Formats: sequence, C-alpha cells, structure tokens
Amino acid sequence: MKHLLGIEDLGGAEGIDEVMRLTDSFVEVSGRNIPRVPALRGKTVAWLFYEDSTRTRLSFETAAKRLTADTMNFSVSSSSVKKGESLRDTARTIEAMGIDAIVVRHASAGAPHRISRWVDAAVINAGDGWHQHPTQALLDTYSLRQRWGSLDGRHIAIVGDIKHSRVARSDVWAFTAMGAEVTLVAPPTLLPPSLEGWPVKVSHDLDAVLPTVDAIYLLRMQRERMTEALLPSLREYTACFGLTARRVDALRDDALVLHPGPMNRGVEIAAEVADLPRSLILDQVRNGVAVRMAVLYLLLGAGSDLVAAPAPEPLEGTPRG
Amino acid sequence: MADAGSLVIKGGQVVDATGERTADVVVVDGRITAVGTGLSADRTLDATGCIVAPGLVDIHSHLREPGKEEAETVETGARGAALGGYTAILAMPNTTPAIDSAAVVQQVLELGRPAPCDVFSSGAITVGRGGEQLAPMAEMAALGVRIFTDDGAGVQDNGLMRRAMEYASGLGVTLAQHCEDDALCGGGHMHEGEWSARLGIPGQPAEAEELMVMRDIALARLTGCRIHFQHLSTAGSVAMVRAAIASGLPVTAEATPHHFTLTHAECQGYDPVFKVNPPLRTAADVDAVKGALADGTIGIIATDHAPHAPETKELPFDQAPPGMLGLETALALALTELDLPVQQVLAALSWNPAAAIGVGDLHGLPVEAGNPANLCVIDPEATWTVRGSAMASRSTNTPFEGRELRGKVRHTVLHGEPVVVAGEPQR
Repeated sequence: MKHLLGIEDLGGAEGIDEVMRLTDSFVEVSGRNIPRVPALRGKTVAWLFYEDSTRTRLSFETAAKRLTADTMNFSVSSSSVKKGESLRDTARTIEAMGIDAIVVRHASAGAPHRISRWVDAAVINAGDGWHQHPTQALLDTYSLRQRWGSLDGRHIAIVGDIKHSRVARSDVWAFTAMGAEVTLVAPPTLLPPSLEGWPVKVSHDLDAVLPTVDAIYLLRMQRERMTEALLPSLREYTACFGLTARRVDALRDDALVLHPGPMNRGVEIAAEVADLPRSLILDQVRNGVAVRMAVLYLLLGAGSDLVAAPAPEPLEGTPRG
Repeated sequence: MADAGSLVIKGGQVVDATGERTADVVVVDGRITAVGTGLSADRTLDATGCIVAPGLVDIHSHLREPGKEEAETVETGARGAALGGYTAILAMPNTTPAIDSAAVVQQVLELGRPAPCDVFSSGAITVGRGGEQLAPMAEMAALGVRIFTDDGAGVQDNGLMRRAMEYASGLGVTLAQHCEDDALCGGGHMHEGEWSARLGIPGQPAEAEELMVMRDIALARLTGCRIHFQHLSTAGSVAMVRAAIASGLPVTAEATPHHFTLTHAECQGYDPVFKVNPPLRTAADVDAVKGALADGTIGIIATDHAPHAPETKELPFDQAPPGMLGLETALALALTELDLPVQQVLAALSWNPAAAIGVGDLHGLPVEAGNPANLCVIDPEATWTVRGSAMASRSTNTPFEGRELRGKVRHTVLHGEPVVVAGEPQR
C-alpha cells in the first residue's frame, strides 16, 4: 500500500487487522512515560489542510511526533492556494521540499486521489468532501474491537446524515469488512441517492432498530441541511433520529454509543447520553493517535524494525483487543 | 480559395445521401465537375480503400474565442475540425462576451474566414445567456444565424422560453436547448446514481435533463417553433423525443460520441477529464442513445467539443469545469462504437446536421457535378491511438487518451482546396 485514500486501499479484513495489531503496539507506546519511538526519525510529514479541522490535525500531529517524524504545516489560508494555484502545483511544490508523506484534508471528494497521482510522497486522506475519512473508520473499528475483541457478527447502526458523511462512507466498508452487519438509519433525504453495491440494510425507523444493535454510531447533524430542504427542522430531526435519554432505555444494556465529534449535544445526542459509560466517544479520540501512528508507520516505516524494540508489556488496566 | 488547376480524388468509394458507388471525383474552382471512373486531373489525392463523403458538419463546437484563447481559438478549433473530417462547424455562444449581438457574431465569423473549415455562428437566446431578457435574434439572424441557444445552460424560465420560441418561429430559426433544470441539478457534478453515491460527489439526476425536454416538447406543441435538443444523454429523454417526433412535432436531437461510449463509472478515479455536462450516465442510457441513433430518433452526432486549458483540469473533480475535446475523435468513435451502416453514420455526421443549421446549400450535399467541393476522405479500416497532445486543439482534455480507434480521416477538401492531405494539415 502506497497511499491511504480510502478503506479499500487496505485490501479488506487482513489489511485492517494489520493496522489493528500495529495500533496495539502504539497504544502501549502512548502509555509510556515518554510516549515516543524513533520509528520515523528523518521522515517528514506535511499537513495540507484545505478545511479547518483542529482535532484531526492535532491527532495526526501528535501521532507523527510520537514517531519522531518532522512535521510541516502547509497552512492554506496563508498560502498560494487562495491565490488560484492549481492543486497539482501546490502538491508538487510541497513535495519539492522533500516530504515523505502528505496528509490531506479537502472539502472536495477525490482531492487526495488527484494529489496521489502527481507526487511520489505517500498521501493520507484525512477527510475528502463527502467521500471518505479512512483513519476515522480505523479508530472507530479499533475502539469497538477494544471492547468486543472482534466485530464479527455484531450489529451496528449508523444514524444520521449518511448522504454527506465521509465518516459513514468509510465506516460502512471497515465495519462490514470486519464481519459486522451495518444498518443505515436516516430519513430518505439524508441517504445517498443510490446504495447499489453497499453491504448494508436501511431503515427510516430508529426506534425499531435500537433494540437490535450492539452499537449505535451517531453522525453530526449540520445546520445547513435545513436550508437545503432536506429536513423541516432540527427539532423534528431530534424527535425522530436523536439519541435521547428515553431511546437509550431501548438499547441493550451492553450496547455502545459512538460519535466522531464534534457533537451537537441536544441534537443528534442528548447531553447526558454522551457521558454514559457505554459511550466510546473519548476512547475514539484517544485511539485516534495510536491508529494514526500505525498508518504513518505502515506507509513510511517499512523496513524499519525500531517499533518493535521496546517490549510490548500491556499496562495495568489497559484493555487489549 | 482553390489551388489553380484541377484535382482528382481517385479510387475511393463515394458515400452520400443518394447511395454509394466506386468513383473518382474531379474538382475545379471549388466545385465538383465530374464523378466517374478513370478520371484524371492536375493533382491527385489517393483514396484507395477509402470512403469519399461530403464533409462532416458539427453543430456543437465550443471555440472559446473571444475570451478564453488559452483554451482554444477559432483557428485552432477549425484546424482540429478539418483534421477530424469537418468542413463546417457551428460555434457555441458561451464565450466572453457571449455571442448575443450582431457585433460578436461578426467577430466570430471574421475570425473564421481564414480558417481551414467553414465557421458558422450560433446566437444566444438571452442577453449574456443570463436567461432573463431576449437577445436580438432578428439582428443576428440577418447575419445568417439560424440556431439560437444559451448552451452551457438551459433557459430556466418557462414563460421566457415560451416567448423565445414564439419570437423565433416568426424568424424561421431554430432554438436549441441544453436541457438542464438548475434547481433539480442542485450543483451536481456528475450523474446522480451508484457512482456519485460511492464517490461522494454531488450528483445531478437524469430527471434534471428530462424535465426540460418534457417542457420544451410541450412548448413546441404550444408555439409551433422548431426545437432542437442538444446532447441528449438519458433513456427518458430519448423516449420522450421519440414520442414527440411520432406525434409530428418539429423536434430534432443530437447525441455526442462520449454519451454513446462512456459511462459514469469512468469518474471513479476522480479525473475531471471525465467531467462533462450533461454528465456521463449509466450503461442503460448509453444503450438508449445508441438505439435512438439507430432508429433515427437522434439524427445528428454532435461533438460538444469543449476545450479547457490543462491547469483548469488540474483541480478536484468538483472544482474543474465540465467539457471534453471531440472534433478529432467523433468520426472514429462513431465508426468504432456504433454498429450502423456507414451511410447512416455519415448522415448523422454530415447531411443531417448541415440541414439542421441551414447550411445544406454548401455542406452535406451529394457528391455530384455542380455541387460545392466540401469533402472528406476516410480510411475506414485504419486504426490509431488517441493522444491529446497530438491534437490541433490548444487543450488536451480528451477522455479517450490511449484508446485505439478505427477509422481515420485521410484528406479533407474545403471549397476545392485540400486542407488536410494524408492526415496532415496543409495550413
């Protein structure tokens, strides 16, 4: 694998498992007093973020630093991008500075694909338009695997604005590749125009789905959807598709709750629900760093055995999948 | 115009609207003077193994001049056209400024005068193609404009379109529509369906085209105005046009080579070279377009030749402009992809479009003594590989890069002058 543009680049369960196993090692590294290994010493990773995303960028940056990579931020607002430079020229300019990997966040689907054809550096998709956000799906998969050991045979509902969600477009393929059954729950206006070839079930009735799931994944509802006549109001959305305290009672006792953040408390998720023990939301953020270390290592650290150097003693109390 | 002396196109199979026969064609002073066997002249163009046909006519070329000369000029567009076997092309009005006045029509015609292909101009239906106020159609018609269109966009306002059709019917001109309902398209960049859903690219449904086809058929019934549908791309559009023609309405339609060759699956690599409007559709739509070309519902193959400078396609899919090169590949794609008799292919590429834009007195005429010598000589068995960089266009955005095609233009003769000889431009 040269680039990580979409979940399919990992080649199914085997590739995802490899990331999971590497992530185990890096979760251990992250638990050390000095959470740093020299696995990517001498490598340089650049951020090319055309869209604001403090949390994803911080997570990648932390991951790169824990691997001792040098990092460089190509800040779009202060760059020539706003002066009309073509994507190709921007990408090749960055590469000319001697970059080993480019982490791209872009509002346009496929922007990382385009860049990957123009540069020799590894390209990591950190979210492209409505298309994919593969490291999010990997950290989601890892967080579930941490609790369950395996996703095989589990039933996961993904609820909300599937149509515009790069998270859903990655999670569907990651979860199903790992053997889970996925049900998309949304009003028809928030589903993709076609689900041909998607290994999913669809429901418009959250209440009917709730008792059947092992985990419920809530997507962020964006306010601009109201102006596009996709929904009458946020209030109606919450009434039909929000995970309220009442709806939590319909979940199985051991059913888990996930959210990619940032949350709209009171819209797709009730404030008190987000903080329940069954909520994996902070696990997702925590595991995000280790998963991104694994991805960077997989793409840039081939041939390096430095990662294995310290004995991987699990820390007391650290759940291992 | 023509070289001094006579010219013979020797040893070819003449195919025109009247049929086919093996014959030599002698040309003197821009006109065909003799068609028969064993003819000779001062200069000979070899047509052994070739089809000798009336020159092709494209009723849908974006020549980009004035305004976007970095992408194409009238001259480079016309040179590509000549290489593609065309002797006449119709410039679309979405230039900067738009071709919406006599002055800009004059300018385009002037630019086309020295070109190796006759350049005709369309005119915009509305001022600035803005869809709000009728453009001075009579003034443009007086300069010979016979087709009016806001191509690049459809006329959205139903009331305005009705008035445009009524007004046009009084001038005896045809309105041509780029069918796209903006509200239903909702900013879509490709066909809405399986692939747009997977790729996360906003799509535009087939119904956005079909709604406007439906409306304009209704308005043709109301106004009696002739309406021509540009670049039809969906099975639904084709079915409605077929029914409209059967009911006797004055409706014609064109299809592009890319819409009978490529599907939306091409977009999966996010390369905007496959971005076009109307978008590449499903395999079922491709089949429907082919079926319509076969049964005559769609009588015209048009290129929608739309050059874009390379840097404008070096962007994410949703930021790049739609459009593809077409003039140098249309004939070969028609011969390669359509399972139709050669005469029917040539009808769709030559005499049908010539009649549609009112140039049938100069182009698409039978290869007979007395007619203007606008001809192309095609080697139907020659295979070649498409290379954007080898084209005459200032741009390289062909979606057929690397594809092997069958059928190549050997010579093109414009008003008696060989402007392409053995595949090489002569000026």
